[in-house]
Amino acid sequence: MASIDIRNVRKNFGIVSVLHGVDLAIKNGEFVVLVGPSGCGKSTLLRMIAGLEEVTEGEIRIDGMRVNERAPKDRDIAMVFQSYALYPHMNVAENMSYGLRIRKAAHEKITAAVSNAARKLELQPLLARRPKALSGGQRQRVAMGRAIVRQPKAFLFDEPLSNLDARLREQMRAEIKKLHRDLGATSIYVTHDQIEAMTLADRIVAMHEGVVQQVGSPLELYDRPANLFVAGFIGSPAMNFLSARYEVGAGTAGARLPDGTLIGLSSGYQLEEGAAVTLGIRPEHVEMSPASESSLRATVDLIEPTGFGIILHLGLHGLPFNVFTLDRAALTAGPTVTVAFPPQHLHLFDETGKRALESSLQKGKG
Amino acid sequence: MNRYSIFGTALHRLAILCYVVFALFPLFWLLKVSVTPNDLLYSEGVRMWPSRMSFEHFRFVLAHSAFPVFFRNSMIVAGATAVIVTLLASLSGYALSRFTFRGKYWLVALMLLTQMFPLVMLVAPIFKMLSPLGLTNSLTGLVVVYTAFNIPFATFLMQSFFDGIPKELEEAAKIDGATQFMAFRQIVLPLTLPGIAATLGFVFTAAWSELLFALMLISGNSAATFPVGLLTFVSKFSVDFGQMMAAGVLALIPACLFFLFIQRYLVQGLTAGAVKG
Repeated sequence: MASIDIRNVRKNFGIVSVLHGVDLAIKNGEFVVLVGPSGCGKSTLLRMIAGLEEVTEGEIRIDGMRVNERAPKDRDIAMVFQSYALYPHMNVAENMSYGLRIRKAAHEKITAAVSNAARKLELQPLLARRPKALSGGQRQRVAMGRAIVRQPKAFLFDEPLSNLDARLREQMRAEIKKLHRDLGATSIYVTHDQIEAMTLADRIVAMHEGVVQQVGSPLELYDRPANLFVAGFIGSPAMNFLSARYEVGAGTAGARLPDGTLIGLSSGYQLEEGAAVTLGIRPEHVEMSPASESSLRATVDLIEPTGFGIILHLGLHGLPFNVFTLDRAALTAGPTVTVAFPPQHLHLFDETGKRALESSLQKGKG
Repeated sequence: MNRYSIFGTALHRLAILCYVVFALFPLFWLLKVSVTPNDLLYSEGVRMWPSRMSFEHFRFVLAHSAFPVFFRNSMIVAGATAVIVTLLASLSGYALSRFTFRGKYWLVALMLLTQMFPLVMLVAPIFKMLSPLGLTNSLTGLVVVYTAFNIPFATFLMQSFFDGIPKELEEAAKIDGATQFMAFRQIVLPLTLPGIAATLGFVFTAAWSELLFALMLISGNSAATFPVGLLTFVSKFSVDFGQMMAAGVLALIPACLFFLFIQRYLVQGLTAGAVKG
C-alpha cells in the first residue's frame, strides 16, 4: 500500500489544456473519489497516475518515488476499467493470473493468490469460463479479481460500475466498499455519479473543467460546498439557486429577492451591502409552511412520488424550484404552495460563485 | 404474418440457392470437362455429365507435363508472399492503428496512391528494375513484386482488424506488467487471428492466381507458376481442354485446403465478451 502525491499536474492534448494544475495528496489506505461531469479531466488524471497518459507538467509520486517517467508496468498499481477489459481469449483464472504469470511468480503462489481472490469475490465456480460466458456483474467481479490478485500498491477504478444496471450497481458499490475495508488498499475511484462518490469516499475530489473545485469528506461537500459548481453537483435532486442582493442591518442579515421578499440569514457575511449573491437551498431543506412575510408562493408544476418521498417541481417567479418532502400530504398539494427557507440551511455564494465567508453580525455593516 | 415470414424465408433461400448455383457452375463445368475422355468431349453434345468418366487427363498432367513443377513454384511463391505480406502488414497495420507519428498521413496517402495505377503500366519499369538485379525469371523476383503490390491493401485490412480490438485490453495488459510488445504478442495478436487468417487467404489467392507479372517476368518452364503453366496447354493448332481443366482442378485443391484450414479463424468472433459495448 502506498501514498500518492500529485503536485501541480497539468495535461495538454496538443493545444488543448485539460488539466490546469492539480494538487492532491492521497494518504496510505485512503479511498479517494474523483467526481465531476464528463470532460472535467478526472479520467485523464487517473490515467496519468496509471502511466497511460504522459504528464505534461508537474509531478506524480507513488510512495515518495517520482513515477512520471515510469512505464505502467513499473508502477505496481492495478486498474479496473469501465469496459472491464478482460482478455477474451483467456478464462477467468488466466485473466486473473496474467499479471503474476508475466512477472514469473511461482506456480503455487499464483494458484494460491487466484483461489484466494476468487473466494473473496465468489468466483470459484466460474474460474474455467471465458469472459463471454459471464454476465456483466460477473465480468466486473473478474476485473476486480484481476486487480487484487497482484496485491498492488494502489487500486485505480475508472467508472467501474457505469455499465451495470441500477440494482447491480448498488450491490457492487457495497462490495467495493467492503473490499476496501478488508484490504485497506489505497484507492482512487473515478465516477460521474455523485451517489457513488458520497457513499464510497473517505474524501471526495470534485473537479470541473480541469480544476479541482473542492476536496473534502462527503459530508463536508454536502454541508459546505465551496462554490456553486459543487453545490449544484453534489446532492440529488440538486440544490435550488435564487438570485438575490445581500442586505445587512443592525444585528440582522438577509437576502432580498427580486420580488422584494427578504429571506433572513443566520449570520452575517463578508460582503458589501447590496452585493449580488446567489442563495442556495437543498430541496430537502425547504419547508412547506403556512404563509408568512418571509415565505414564498410557488406554483406546482409536477408532483413526483419516489415511494420514499415526494419531489415537487415548483415554479418560483417562473424559475424551476424543487422541494423534497417525506410528507405524503404533498401528493395532494394544490395549484400553489407556500415555501419557507430555514436560515441555518441556506448557502450564500458571491458574485464569482464562491461560497461567501461568514462574519459575525455584531459588527453591523461591512 | 407467419405465412408471410415462411414465404419470405423460402424466397430468400431460393435467391441464395440461385446465386450459389450461378457462382459454382463454372467450377462444376471445370470438373466435368476434366473427367470427360477426349473422344466424348466433342461427340456427346452438351451434357451435364459424360456417359463415361476417366481420369486420363489427371494422369497425363501429373506424369507427363511440367505441371508438378508449376505447382511447386506456385506454392513457393504464393506461400512465401502470403507469409511475408501478413507479417509486415500486421506490424504496419498495428502501427497505423495505435500510434500517431510524424508523416503518418502522407504514408497512408502514398500507400493509397500505389493502388491507383493499372498494373499493365508498371510491367515494363518493373522488368527494367528487376533485370539487372537478376530477379527476372526467378521465384524470388515474383515474391518481391507480389509482396510489394499486396502490402498496402493488406496493411489497411490488418489495420481495420486492430482498430476493432479495444485499446483498454492493451492498457490493462500494460498495467498488469506487460511491455508494449508483450501486450501486442500475448493479447492483441491472438485476438487478431481471424484478421490474420483473412489476410493470409487474400494474399495467398491473389499470388496464386496472378498471371500478368508471372507471364512477363518469367520465361521458360523452370520458374513458371501455375497460371503461366496453364497456357502451355494452348498450342498453336489446338487447345487441350481436358488436360487444361484437370490442371485447373488440381490447382484449386491447395486454395480449398487453405481456406478449409483458416475458415475456423475467419468465422470465429473471438472479441465477443472482451468489453461490453
